[in-house]
Amino acid sequence: MTERTRLVGNAVYGWLLLLPAAVLLAAFTHYPAVATLAQSLFTSGTALRPAEFAGLDNYRFMLEDEVFWRVLENNVWYAIGTIPASIALAMLMAVWVNRRLPLRAFVRMSYFTPTILPMIAVANIWLFFYTPEIGLIDQIAAGFGIGSRNWLGNPDTVLGCIIVLTIWKEAGFFMIFYLAALQSLPPELEEAARLEGASRWHFFRRVTFPLLMPTTLFVLINAVINSFKLVDQLFILTKGGPDNASALLLYYIYEVAFSFFDQAYASTLTVVLLAALAIIAIGQFVILDKRIHYR
Amino acid sequence: MMRRLKSARTGVLALIAGLLLAPAAWAVELTMYYPVAVGGPLTKIVDGLVADFMKEHPDIEVKAIYAGNYNDARIKALAALKSGQPAQLSVMFSIDIYELIEQDAIVAFDDIVETDEERAWLDSFYPSLMQNGVTGGKTWGIPFQRSTIVMYYNKDVFREAGLDPDNPPATWEELVAAGKKLVRRSGDQVERWGMMIPSTGYPYWMFGALTMQNDQVLMNGDGNETYFDAPATQEALQFWRDLGAVHGVMPSGTIEWGTLRKNFLEARTAIMWHSTGNLTAVKKNAQFDFGVAMLPANQRRGTPTGGGNFYIFKQTKPEERRAAMKLVRFLTQPERTAEWSIQTGYIGTRPDAYETPALKQYVVDFPPAAVARDQLEFATAELSTYQTGRVRKLLDDAIQSVLTDQKSVEDALGSAQKQADRLLKRYR
Repeated sequence: MTERTRLVGNAVYGWLLLLPAAVLLAAFTHYPAVATLAQSLFTSGTALRPAEFAGLDNYRFMLEDEVFWRVLENNVWYAIGTIPASIALAMLMAVWVNRRLPLRAFVRMSYFTPTILPMIAVANIWLFFYTPEIGLIDQIAAGFGIGSRNWLGNPDTVLGCIIVLTIWKEAGFFMIFYLAALQSLPPELEEAARLEGASRWHFFRRVTFPLLMPTTLFVLINAVINSFKLVDQLFILTKGGPDNASALLLYYIYEVAFSFFDQAYASTLTVVLLAALAIIAIGQFVILDKRIHYR
Repeated sequence: MMRRLKSARTGVLALIAGLLLAPAAWAVELTMYYPVAVGGPLTKIVDGLVADFMKEHPDIEVKAIYAGNYNDARIKALAALKSGQPAQLSVMFSIDIYELIEQDAIVAFDDIVETDEERAWLDSFYPSLMQNGVTGGKTWGIPFQRSTIVMYYNKDVFREAGLDPDNPPATWEELVAAGKKLVRRSGDQVERWGMMIPSTGYPYWMFGALTMQNDQVLMNGDGNETYFDAPATQEALQFWRDLGAVHGVMPSGTIEWGTLRKNFLEARTAIMWHSTGNLTAVKKNAQFDFGVAMLPANQRRGTPTGGGNFYIFKQTKPEERRAAMKLVRFLTQPERTAEWSIQTGYIGTRPDAYETPALKQYVVDFPPAAVARDQLEFATAELSTYQTGRVRKLLDDAIQSVLTDQKSVEDALGSAQKQADRLLKRYR
C-alpha cells in the first residue's frame, strides 16, 4: 500500500465517521433554515392560488405590521426582565445552598423543582395564582386589606406576570450549573482569603464571580435563547392578550403559521428570529470570550 | 390418514377462499379525525358509536382517531392531506369551512347525495346550526358537536339580593339593574361581582352574542365581508365595556375564559355567560342552587352557535365518499344524536332528536338541558370568513383593547374593519 492510498483511505474513513452527524445536521438544521429563507420569498400558496415568487413583499408587509413591532418590543422587555434576574437569582441560590445548611438536600431540591415541572403544568398552577379574587396572590393581598387586581387582564401588568413566572421557572435550572461550578473551585482559595482577612463580599466579587464567568457565559447564552424560545406559558395564561400585550415573537410565529395558515409570512418572521439569535450568539462569543478567564 | 389429508385440504381451500373474500369483507376503509374541546370521556363515547356502526355495516372499517383540540385536528387533517395519506372524513371546527374550501380540501355534501331521501336528510337539522356549514348555495359541513352561549346564574344569590330566582334578566336594562343589586361590596372592595363575560380565548364568540342581541351580524354568508364598524356593533362593544367601566357590575380589564367557571362555582360572580359545554361540570360541582337561562335581549335575543361539523375530504374515491356519508348519517340519526347530547351536554342537532323518549325524559328531569335548544331559534353563525384566523384576531384585539381602555370603541373597531377589508377584498 503506497503512502498516497493510505492517506485517501484515511480521508474516506474520516468522512464516513462524520457522515451520520452531517446527515442529521443537514436534514434537520441546515435544510429547514434554507427552506425557510426560500419560502419567505414566496406568497403563501393554497390549492386554488399556487405560491408565486414575491421578492421582498413579505418583509415589506412585516415592516408595516403593527403586531410584529409590538411582539418584538415585548420580546425585548421580556429578555431584559428575565435574563439578568434569573441569572442573579441562580447565582445567589447556588452560593447559598453550596454552604453547610441544615436540610441542604431538601433546599436544593426545592429550588430545582420548578425546572422538573413541565411549563404547561406550571402555567396552569400560576393561572390560579394570578386569577383575580380567587387567586392565591389576591387572597393573600386581601388578608392585608389590599384590593383585588386583574393581573393578567391588565396590559400594564400582564407582561410582568409572565416575566416573574419565567424567572421562577428558569432560575433553579441555572442554579444547577453554578452549583457544579462552585464545587469544582479549589477550597484553598477560600482558606487563603480567610487567612488574609478578606470579607465575604470581597471574596465573592474578586474570586468566586470571576471564576464563575465561563459558567455565566454558558448560562447567559441559554437564557438569551430561552427568552426567545420559551413561550409555552402563553398558550395557557394569556394567548398573547390582552390586545397582544403579552405576545412574544415565537408565539406570533405559531399563530401566523397554524392559525392564519400563512406559511410564507411565518417563514419571514422565522428568518428574522434566526438572524437575531445568530447575531446575539456571535456577539456574545466574540465580545465576552475575551474577558473571560478560563482556568 | 385419508381423513387427515382431506381435512388439511379443506383447510387450505378455506384459507384460499378466505383470502379471496377478505378484500370484499372490508370493501372500504375510512379514517376519521375528531377533536375533543370539552372535558369528559368523549373518546370512549365516539369509539362506542363507531363500533356500533361497524356492526351494522360489516363491509366498512372505520378508524376514528382522536386529534386533540380543534386547532390540532385541522392541522393534522391538512398535514395528512399534503402527505398524500389523507383521512376520508373529519370532525373539525364549524368555522374552518372557508379555509378548507380555499385549500380545496373538502367536497360538498350536495355532490355526494344521490336520492331524494338523502337530499331531505340535509334539511333535517336546525337551520341555525347549518349557517356555518352552508356557503355558495352548497352544504359543506353537517353539525355534530355543537353548542351555544347561555347564562348561568346563582339562584341563592338572586334570593339574597331580593331578585326572583325564576325570572332571570331578559333584557340589557334588566341585566344591568340586576347586576347592580347582585354586586356585594365591603368598603371599596368587591366581594362578589354581578356578572362576568369572559374576554380571553374566544372574545369574538361572546361578542357575536352581544351584536346579535343588537340585531347585527358580524359577517355575510359568503364570508368575504365583515361589519365590525357598523353602528350597532359599536354600540354592543360600548355596552360590554360599560358593564365594567360605567355600571360597575363586572370587573374591568379582560376576564379569563379558563378560570371563569371557578369564579362562578365559588360565588365570586352571580352570573356568568359561558358555553353550554360547561353544563355537566357546573351541574356536578355547584354547591348552590343554579339556573340556566337564555342570554338577554336588546333589540332581540341572540347567540352565536359554536362547535364542530363533519366534513368529507375531496381526495377520496366515490365509494369512500358514499361510505363516509353512511357513517355521518348513522352518527346523526335522531336516537344517536339524543344519546350524544345526553352524554356530552352538546345540543341535539335536529328537532326530532328531542322527540326521542330518551332525550324527552332527560329534558323533563333536567330542564336546563333544553335552554340551548330553545335558544337556537335566535341563534346565528359563529364568526367565520376567508382568512378566518387573521380576521378573528383583528376583532379579538379590538375587543380587548377597548375592554382594557387602550382605545376607544370607534378607533378599535374602525381599524379592525379597515384591515379586514384589506384581507377580504380579493375574495369579493
